[in-house]
Amino acid sequence: MSTTVTTVDDVRSFYLGEDHHPENGTMLGFWLYLMSDCLLFAVMFAMYGVLGGNYAAGPGPKELFDLPIVAVNTSMLLLSSITYGFAMLEMARNRKLATLTWLAITGLFGAAFIYFELTEFIHLIHEGAGPQRSAFLSSFFTLVGTHGLHVSFGIVWLITLMVQVSRGGLTAANRRRLSCLSLFWHFLDVVWIGVFTFVYLMGVLR
Amino acid sequence: MSAAHDTHDDHPLEAHVHSHDHGHGEAEPHGTLKGYFTGFILSVILTAIPFWIVMGDVFRSPQTATLVILIFAFAQIFVHMVYFLHMNTSSEGGWNMLALIFTAVLVVITLSGSLWVMYHMNANMMPAMSAHDMRNMP
Repeated sequence: MSTTVTTVDDVRSFYLGEDHHPENGTMLGFWLYLMSDCLLFAVMFAMYGVLGGNYAAGPGPKELFDLPIVAVNTSMLLLSSITYGFAMLEMARNRKLATLTWLAITGLFGAAFIYFELTEFIHLIHEGAGPQRSAFLSSFFTLVGTHGLHVSFGIVWLITLMVQVSRGGLTAANRRRLSCLSLFWHFLDVVWIGVFTFVYLMGVLR
Repeated sequence: MSAAHDTHDDHPLEAHVHSHDHGHGEAEPHGTLKGYFTGFILSVILTAIPFWIVMGDVFRSPQTATLVILIFAFAQIFVHMVYFLHMNTSSEGGWNMLALIFTAVLVVITLSGSLWVMYHMNANMMPAMSAHDMRNMP
């Protein structure tokens, strides 16, 4: 065979020889969903950026935000990210019980995050700094609340998958679902980087 | 697709060109323990420094501090993308990366456009008035 002639096999090995080849497009489709979610958050960040300085003679970030609590919250989410990673590693090793254990730990860290966030919200509302107080607080509650809502639904999804894995085992379908939730969970941590930088840290600096 | 996939599995050139281990024919990209630890430690450092900068009043000028913590945020987002979300140019045949770049462009336009336009709207409004001035308006 001459080397200049491109055979069907050559073409096939060129296209098929290198990349990942998932059986279906679920992971790509889920990634596209996450990108659309990213746009949703971008709009809310823009809204906060525009309205975040309008205190309506009310309290500003300096008086309201408690950075040590935010730091604890951030570490909860970061820890939940790495424990989810451990769950994925155990899944790759086909160890069901270890996967479930790490998923449960991830869920607990996520729940702790939600607990601290709700405590902060309740504290703000009791101080009279609820979402109706000023444009700054409306946009703050919308942005941070939407992120918290995502985490809450992530926890519901996590519990659902734990039930499915404990009943059905680490089947191909469950592995795919766990991979999707992995993307979702790590994506929420990426959004939180934006929240603690743009809202909390820059708010206190303002 | 599945037939082509089978021939691919038998192909001798299935070579282990990937840096991460991948030899057990699994579709989902996943990391390694080392990768997750690297990402985690980098994230902790990149989170702790901005908090320290703000809580410890390290910079005298708030502008400098803002710029520095923004740089740390972008660095941390990059770390998360690589070590936790396992982004690379070859996953899903490059479509993941394409979607990410497209989204990033839209995010930049949305954010910078909104802030820029609204800043100029504010700047072109009437000078700020106190409640007292407002009451004495003609």
